[in-house]
Amino acid sequence: MLVDFFFELRRARVPATLREYLTLLEALDADLHGWSLEGLYHLSRAALVKDERFFDRFDQVFAHHFKGAEMDLDAFEVDVPEEWLRKMAERFLTEEEKALIESLGGWEKLMETLRERLREQSERHQGGSRWIGTAGTSPFGAFGFNPEGVRIGQGMSRHRRAVKVWERREYRDLDDGVELGTRKMNVALRRLRSFTREGGDLLLDVDGTVRATADNAGWLDLRWERERHNRVKVLLLLDVGGSMDDHVRDVERLFSACRAEFKHLEHWYFHNCPYEFLWKHNSLRFSERTSTWDVLHRYGRDYRLIFVGDASMSPYEIVMPGGAVEHWNEEPGIVWMRRLLDAYPSAVWLNPVRRRAWDYVESIGILRDVVEERMFPLTLTGLDEAMRSLS
Amino acid sequence: MRFEGTDTYIATDDLMVAVNAALALERPLLVKGEPGTGKTVLAEEVAGALGKRLVTWHVKSTTKAQQGLYEYDAVARLRDGQLGDARVNDIRNYIVKGKLWETFEDPHGAVLLIDEIDKADIEFPNDLLLELDRMEFFVYETKETVRALRRPLVLITSNNEKELPDAFLRRCFFHYIRFPDPETMRRIVAVHHPRLRERLVESALRVFYGLRDVPGLKKRPSTSELLDWLKVLEAEGVTDEDVERAATSGMPPLFGALLKSEEDVQAVRHVGTRPGQRRGHGR
Repeated sequence: MLVDFFFELRRARVPATLREYLTLLEALDADLHGWSLEGLYHLSRAALVKDERFFDRFDQVFAHHFKGAEMDLDAFEVDVPEEWLRKMAERFLTEEEKALIESLGGWEKLMETLRERLREQSERHQGGSRWIGTAGTSPFGAFGFNPEGVRIGQGMSRHRRAVKVWERREYRDLDDGVELGTRKMNVALRRLRSFTREGGDLLLDVDGTVRATADNAGWLDLRWERERHNRVKVLLLLDVGGSMDDHVRDVERLFSACRAEFKHLEHWYFHNCPYEFLWKHNSLRFSERTSTWDVLHRYGRDYRLIFVGDASMSPYEIVMPGGAVEHWNEEPGIVWMRRLLDAYPSAVWLNPVRRRAWDYVESIGILRDVVEERMFPLTLTGLDEAMRSLS
Repeated sequence: MRFEGTDTYIATDDLMVAVNAALALERPLLVKGEPGTGKTVLAEEVAGALGKRLVTWHVKSTTKAQQGLYEYDAVARLRDGQLGDARVNDIRNYIVKGKLWETFEDPHGAVLLIDEIDKADIEFPNDLLLELDRMEFFVYETKETVRALRRPLVLITSNNEKELPDAFLRRCFFHYIRFPDPETMRRIVAVHHPRLRERLVESALRVFYGLRDVPGLKKRPSTSELLDWLKVLEAEGVTDEDVERAATSGMPPLFGALLKSEEDVQAVRHVGTRPGQRRGHGR
């Protein structure tokens, strides 16, 4: 039964391996779960899942697989007693639901079907690991779509004591299973590293030591020099709001990848196209703006400039004064783009829009022109190319 | 031997299961979680509860795996050789034991904390795979194998700055310390400040969780900061009315204990600490 659970986890793309599964078996052998389902939940999670991002998926699979397992399964192997079923239904059905039972041919009929269904299932699963199927359209089982459904497993745990841990889905926020994981981003962004002679650790300076020791008439005199250190400086300009909302998640992921990678990383936000001001906190975008001139003057030419945006807007927003959607801009966006690009010779634009679609959007064409074709899609290969172009 | 939490450390069920599994099966336990949720303290408490010695290995960006095993101080030997010191003839005088070796030597089996493993180079965990698996390593200079007298309990913490290699993860048990819900937080506060008045704790907790909800904070205040804050509130004799009043008008009293950067102070000043009073804002 646990093998099924293991494979179900893998189907849900939780990267559990055979070794971890064997560890779990070993732990179960040592009675570490304390013979409770909750113990099994905690133990299997500690053994099989190594990243909190997968906790939510694990919870869902666990809930699905062990739904109802806390019930005494023997009850189904013998004949299901009528009054037990009735009592159970009495406990879980609301008045409306009871009324709905009529649509299934009345109370007796429903109980009959339920009993058959239960028996079938326990036979097929050999006293099985799971109860009546879940998330289906059968009238039985929790999370079903059938309004006539009997809510079994779900209702049970509610009545026993609130909701099971794994049914609370507390780790939902941590899941980020999309193709562009932080690690992949890290790999690509690591290309940005270049080496300069600033800061860092001490290394033995062999030439210096030989010379100093010779000067010292053979008595050892060690000389040290500074280790080369990653000194890449990055200026990130991020498009937020409007048509970018779909991509905000991607961008934020890229962002979090950046943070660990560079000592100097500055980020500013703009909307659609950079104009005469930028802002630092999106929640304060209308109150705390900084003049783009100030930004230009603050960071030196050695900063690498990375735009992140879909570049999808009306062409007027780029080429016309007053074209901006949110305010009146004296100078067109293209002028500001040119100023930024003049100030930072090494620059790229990362675009979450798929490359195939670029030719169909006029504004993308204009901006590609402005950045001299240094626009790359926000994918691993795109990032690779972008980083190569930057370094 | 089992770990059941201590008088000064509130351990949740899942944490206890994870620690006990690591103890029983002698595998390392990897602990992750937001900064300030008690990852490092956990090791101290576990060692205390089990009556074992705690060896802490703080990892820095320059730490190498080899340093945990041993280091051969060749320069000292060279110097001694030039000075004609007799010690120079025995290479063992120049082998400096690392934290792992120290742990292996403990006859009762110590607790080894490898703190902030994600600070080190990306290859660091891989370099320790075999040593942590077998609990032994080979000293090339003296041609001897160092074996653990008793397998230590290894606790590893990570702040998620880097992702750890899969081969390493497969060998560990894993626990993620969630940020405590208000219920657990009350128990934690009660353990640390048993004499604090309940109403002060309640209003402080309200302000605290309100602060954590302020969008765009660089560093959200954590458990350890809450405990510090309560300590200064108590020391300064601040009452729950003061906390409430200050929270409505903007900044909580003595907020320096909670907010550590000027930008965060500005952000809080702007939106306030109560969800209901916040102006509308985008994500």
